Amino acid sequence: MSGEFKSGRIVIVGASLAGLRAAETLREEGFTGELTLVGDEPHPPYDRPPLSKQVLLGRVPAADVGLPARRPVDARWKLGVRASGLDPAAKEVLLADGERLPFDRLLITTGTRARPWPHPEEARLDGVLTVRTVDDASRLAERLDAGPRRVLVIGAGFTGSEIASACRERGLAVTVAERGPAPLVGALGGTLGSFAARLQRAHGVDLRCGVTVTSLLGSNGRLTGAELSDGSRIDAEVAVVALGAVRNTEWLDGSGLAAGPRGVACDAGCRAFNMYGIVTDDVFVAGDVARFPHPLFDYQMLALEHWGNAVEQAEVAAHNMVNPGPLRRPHLAVPAFWSSQFGLNIKSVGVPTFSDQVTIAQGSVEERRLVVVYGYRGRITAAVSVNRAKWLEHYLRLIETAAPFPPEPGAADRPAEPRVVASDVPDPKVLSHGPTVALTGHLPDRRLAVLRPMT
Amino acid sequence: MQIVVDLNRCEGYAQCVFLAPKVFELHGEEALLYAPAPPAEQAERVRRAAAACPVQAILVGEQAGAGAGTGAGADVR
Amino acid sequence: MSTETLLERINAYENRADPYPLYAELREHGVAQQNDGSYLVGTYHEIAALLHDPRISSDVRHRSTPDAARPDALPPSFIALDDPQHDRLRRLAMRPFGPPHSPGRVDALHEDIVEIARELTDGLRDRDRIDLVDDFAYPLPVTVICRLLGVPHEDMSELRGWTNTIIASLDHSPGDDPQEKQRAGMAARMAMGAYLGDLADRRRANPADDMISALVHDDGPEGRLDKPELMTTLTLLTIAGHETTVNLITNGMLTLLRHPEALERLRREPELMPSAVEELLRYEPPVQMLPQRTPLTDIEVGGVTIPQGAPLFLMLASGNRDPLRFEDPDHFDPARRDNRHFGFGSGVHSCFGAPLARVETQVALAELLRRLDGPRLVEDPPPYRHSPILRGPRHLPIATGVRAGAGA
Repeated sequence: MSGEFKSGRIVIVGASLAGLRAAETLREEGFTGELTLVGDEPHPPYDRPPLSKQVLLGRVPAADVGLPARRPVDARWKLGVRASGLDPAAKEVLLADGERLPFDRLLITTGTRARPWPHPEEARLDGVLTVRTVDDASRLAERLDAGPRRVLVIGAGFTGSEIASACRERGLAVTVAERGPAPLVGALGGTLGSFAARLQRAHGVDLRCGVTVTSLLGSNGRLTGAELSDGSRIDAEVAVVALGAVRNTEWLDGSGLAAGPRGVACDAGCRAFNMYGIVTDDVFVAGDVARFPHPLFDYQMLALEHWGNAVEQAEVAAHNMVNPGPLRRPHLAVPAFWSSQFGLNIKSVGVPTFSDQVTIAQGSVEERRLVVVYGYRGRITAAVSVNRAKWLEHYLRLIETAAPFPPEPGAADRPAEPRVVASDVPDPKVLSHGPTVALTGHLPDRRLAVLRPMT
Repeated sequence: MQIVVDLNRCEGYAQCVFLAPKVFELHGEEALLYAPAPPAEQAERVRRAAAACPVQAILVGEQAGAGAGTGAGADVR
Repeated sequence: MSTETLLERINAYENRADPYPLYAELREHGVAQQNDGSYLVGTYHEIAALLHDPRISSDVRHRSTPDAARPDALPPSFIALDDPQHDRLRRLAMRPFGPPHSPGRVDALHEDIVEIARELTDGLRDRDRIDLVDDFAYPLPVTVICRLLGVPHEDMSELRGWTNTIIASLDHSPGDDPQEKQRAGMAARMAMGAYLGDLADRRRANPADDMISALVHDDGPEGRLDKPELMTTLTLLTIAGHETTVNLITNGMLTLLRHPEALERLRREPELMPSAVEELLRYEPPVQMLPQRTPLTDIEVGGVTIPQGAPLFLMLASGNRDPLRFEDPDHFDPARRDNRHFGFGSGVHSCFGAPLARVETQVALAELLRRLDGPRLVEDPPPYRHSPILRGPRHLPIATGVRAGAGA
């Protein structure tokens, strides 16, 4: 019975963190068949979080960020070649080099790419960069080594903020242009957004909020500066476009899967939906490209660009690919992510954007050590710590048990007069970058009331 | 030798920094930075650091898919 | 059936050699209220939850019936305080000891520790019987902490007397006069604090290359420890800096002698030593329980509500043997994986000196395995020290030859 699950041909499209951990899990769980990994980058799997931190600081060469294997994986690696299509009837993946890869089961882990600057001719100016791949980071680190007079960072989400932090630590002048009212506001809401704004300014960032970059200026093919929507001009030799990510789903056009700009929809067991919303049995999805319903968050379809989600969802997908129905598992991990910037460690559990209210439960903004707790309709849905990571486990338990919001008082270091305020999570549409957590669509039939347009 | 730290698990106990200070570093009070491909002479310290991690967040191993990335269209088993 | 409570039986000296059956009984009970109104928690996941719960205080002044003999002339040390005071004092003490300001301090001591361990074993040659505690496990960490802090070695015997009195005052054993023990403990704390305060004054005038000198000359953004804070912090670091490590090394050797296959394996595969020490911290932790916790509000854990102000005992050694967390928990496995033990506690109060204890124990056991020739336990169980909290043998007689130090 289980023999058919442990053998056959499995193809994994996407050879990054999720693809690698899935491949390892397949072998760990006794899959003995043929395994092929396809990756469009020429590099073996590598770790992206250091790219906007250690690598930009110049402490670690970009080439060093490979991932360690958990175990040996007997697999065929097709690297440096893009998947160009999926033929679900013939059960074949089409590659850009013309090869057709037949499969019995398919795992899609194609992830995301950096959202490019929308004006192609401006994007081609020398000095305009993004940070998503190891090659991107290597190029930017080189530019920073050269000591540009000013760096412009477009978008103050986590990536943009980390880039600005690295620039300041190197002593470089940096301007950050953010369409929303504050940095990180799309992912963390108003309270931590205003905290982040003060933090950036205290570290010498020229932070401009509520503005967009209307055009990038060049001379002889080189970037010279930018014009902002408030009429101001900035001279800069380097501009980093940090406007969030685009999901790599174009290759699935015509495949009949429920795939689009918001990702590939799947069930909690990582099985892809087809365009009619019917679950498939041989196509699985994991990592940044997946949209999946999470029971803890009203079955909202979550699309998470989180390191931990890539690992955990890949493990679930792989397990479910080689086990029969009754042994299959749901992907129930509570979302979590981290960022380090301006010397602070920011960690999140739960889904901060799934909230209507927020309160500071421990510490204070003044100390730069605090825990912020988010609630939605009277229950705790997220917590974010700033240099207070050792307490976060407590709040994870409160999220898992749908504990009442605001949290009961009692923490020794709670504020004297805790205040509960609106979480001020803006509509992602008004941000220049996508929030790290995008809550999109609704399933079964609920709509998230907290996402509202900024006034 | 290749390492990766699960920073979702990391709570900033910094045992790795004490035990292998040339590989792991606290950036500010709590944020951990590390060299993902430490030189061979640090291997013993790295293993001690990994064993000591109170949340077992440090994975040490050989680079995954090494040899697979030999250029465009590389097709390696 | 005994009429004594579990806590009384755990505290009773006759159970010191093997408290683990009592811990198994405790885990069966779940969160266990005692007759005196205190609560014991011995299951892993509940202990983990409480160690990360910001509503659990380490400051016994929050107990509804605070110890009568408590009003000390010295302020509490950071292990007996909550954030933000705990955090500030601990951070100031960390500046000269570890990251982010002094990341290399412990690593730099490594070679010194190897040398100290060699000298100690060299001194044992031509013996056919040793007491591991007096001959090795005690002098090693004492020498290390003196070198680290800058305490003159010749003063250690006096410090040892104060230390023993202070430790004795921490536990309540049946039949003891608690008030008398408390008074003696307080006097010893005062004397030790005064000694260390004087030493700090001398280092302020004449700095040396040691941690006390760094501490008294440190000018961070948050200023310096004041004199009373300095006295309690140094008292804490001196006691904690050697007392628990003595037990860890001794418990370690005892465990290896009881598990010859593990001992042989470590001789063959010395690279396993770091994980073997983690397993020791799980299997025979030097700090068996945290007796000073108190809920700041009513807290529900494991289906039981622990009222605000109730004395709360977190039984770390019991959590370390919880079969719901660890596979085959009573088995000593030097290569155990996913070993998230409570040997150094967890959360904001996790052991300050853990990295030093780790290095000392790894070096100590490696040196003993290399040098001891056919070691055998003379007495099993060995005689234990009194404390049920900081638990370990008072003496560990071993029949053995001692090899010449190869290449040393």
